[in-house]
Amino acid sequence: MNIVVTVKQVPDTWAEKKLDAADKTVDRVSVDNVMNEMDEYGVEEALKIKEAHGGEVTVVTMGPAKAVETIRKALSMGADKAVHLTDDALHGSDALQTSAALAKVIATLSPDLVITATEASDARGGVMGALLAERLGLPQLTQARKVTVDPAAGKVSIERLADNGYALVEASLPAVVGVVEKINQPRYPSFKGIMAAKKKPLTTLSSGDAGLDAGSVGLAGAGSTVVDSQPAPPRQSGTIVKDEGDGGVKIADFLAAQKLI
Amino acid sequence: MLDHEQIRTGAVQESDFTEVVASVRRFVRERVAPLEQEIEETDEIPAALRAEAAEMGLFGFAIPELYGGLGLSMSEEARLVCELGYTTPAFRSMFGTNNGIAGHVLLEGATEEQKKTWLPKIASGEWTASFALTEQGAGSDPSGLATTAVRDGDDWVINGSKRFITNAPLADVFMVFARTDPHASPSRGITTFMVEKGTAGLSVGPRDHKMGQAGAWTADVYLDNVRVPSSALIGGEDGVGRGYATAMRCLAHGRIHIAALCVGMSQRLVDESVSYAASREQGGAVIGTYQLIQGLIADSATDLYAARALVADVAARFDDGSDKRIGPSCAKYFASEAVGRIADRAVQIHGGSGYIRGVPVERFYRDARLFRIYEGTSQIQQIVIARGLLAQAGS
Repeated sequence: MNIVVTVKQVPDTWAEKKLDAADKTVDRVSVDNVMNEMDEYGVEEALKIKEAHGGEVTVVTMGPAKAVETIRKALSMGADKAVHLTDDALHGSDALQTSAALAKVIATLSPDLVITATEASDARGGVMGALLAERLGLPQLTQARKVTVDPAAGKVSIERLADNGYALVEASLPAVVGVVEKINQPRYPSFKGIMAAKKKPLTTLSSGDAGLDAGSVGLAGAGSTVVDSQPAPPRQSGTIVKDEGDGGVKIADFLAAQKLI
Repeated sequence: MLDHEQIRTGAVQESDFTEVVASVRRFVRERVAPLEQEIEETDEIPAALRAEAAEMGLFGFAIPELYGGLGLSMSEEARLVCELGYTTPAFRSMFGTNNGIAGHVLLEGATEEQKKTWLPKIASGEWTASFALTEQGAGSDPSGLATTAVRDGDDWVINGSKRFITNAPLADVFMVFARTDPHASPSRGITTFMVEKGTAGLSVGPRDHKMGQAGAWTADVYLDNVRVPSSALIGGEDGVGRGYATAMRCLAHGRIHIAALCVGMSQRLVDESVSYAASREQGGAVIGTYQLIQGLIADSATDLYAARALVADVAARFDDGSDKRIGPSCAKYFASEAVGRIADRAVQIHGGSGYIRGVPVERFYRDARLFRIYEGTSQIQQIVIARGLLAQAGS
């Protein structure tokens, strides 16, 4: 199995996320950056499939030079090689542009399976998997809580998370599969994995190397623009109900006022 | 004999080591800490957690890369162990002997062939190793060591009993210290043997019921006419009578290791104390606003900073070879006493809650008590420090 897994470096979950004052893109300079936590599940699933069926796991990311840290994390978990698409011209690309750029890179890898997370914790668009599948012309299975690959039959089946259970969905390979957090417990990089990561092949591509037209990526040509943003209002303090023998009634009144009962 | 440069062979790059610390930090806080109460109640480390720790490489971080470990320097090991100290000490204890005193017996004293055969099994966690020095009448001072080993043809026959042997109920191999020359001084008459589990005459007593550190097992080990081949003699024929010197070198390394562990627990206790003081209300205000509580927090933070700086300094001097004896004892003495004070204050800050089972600081208070006792009591450290300084002065 030739497996590609997409990862993204994002501001640390606990960091205060800000937009750059000048161009309103995500400020990645003033915060600690980590691998998008949900991508860890994608990497883990790719590794498990490789361990079960053999093959190779290639990590693909697009991001600034620092994003190599996230690549290294995936390699230290056990991925075999990586492609890093990085170029100042890519800065500010929106989801449509990013998906076009990533699809171009991924297509050259001829994967049997592309694994993505459901979303990244910074932009939370949740569209990259679908965009990639469309651009690559591959079927997409989403919200997978379990993935079963049958390379001999050339198909992949998943348990697709639903509100009140799960659905069994199947696609022919190659395919794009989006996984949810329930799917596995990502491994922690082992000491040997960390030591080996730097020795693994890493291909660094500029937009030109990847064959992207200069005008097709970057802030200037983005189809969507951030015009303005406001921080979320601080959460209001809750209502404290004192039980003076009528606590139940008060709670019922409160729930009724919220139209919950 | 292993010199310092050999230990540094295959040294880890700083950028890789930073990743190692980050990985262990996350593992300890995300995977181990949530299991602390379960480990306390079952008195057992879950098998899955042991497997994950072995997979990660935690059984061999202090063993050179050449023998399947990571080959951390003392300074690096101290930084890593600080992270391990942030959770129940039973977790570290599971692999602490492999990296520490038991693994180092081989590093310091074994022949090259023995190292190549045995160390990879210890570094990978395939074997759990025990360090069997302590007896009823002999511990940090081995002059009263009563276990004997007598040559019989090509074999050795060992008799005696050992006490408080960490990991004994789980151990695959025991580093057994025995007297081979009853007339010589301890520094010349003690020899170390590697005895495998299942050897006829070797038995392990029931687990000790300890005050704290549930999940870390100790027990008596009995040696009743245990016959081992000469290949079990650590260091080969040259190792006869060298056991005491080997043990002393292992203990100095182990003392910095334990000091770092105390720093890790101190950090946890300060964090627990501060977060409790910042959230617990009493008399209409959070208790952290009261200056008497602030005094307790400041004293604990100061103890923590001092211990952390001391351990880093002593580890650096251990690495450059300038102080391998007095410094390690100073670090172990101060850091273990400091964590005792910090645990006591943490319980005090928690008030009644701090005395209740299930509250972390109550458990750590009991766990911390052992640090002033094992790997040399505080009183032994005082003796090592003072005698070392007086010897330097020529008295």
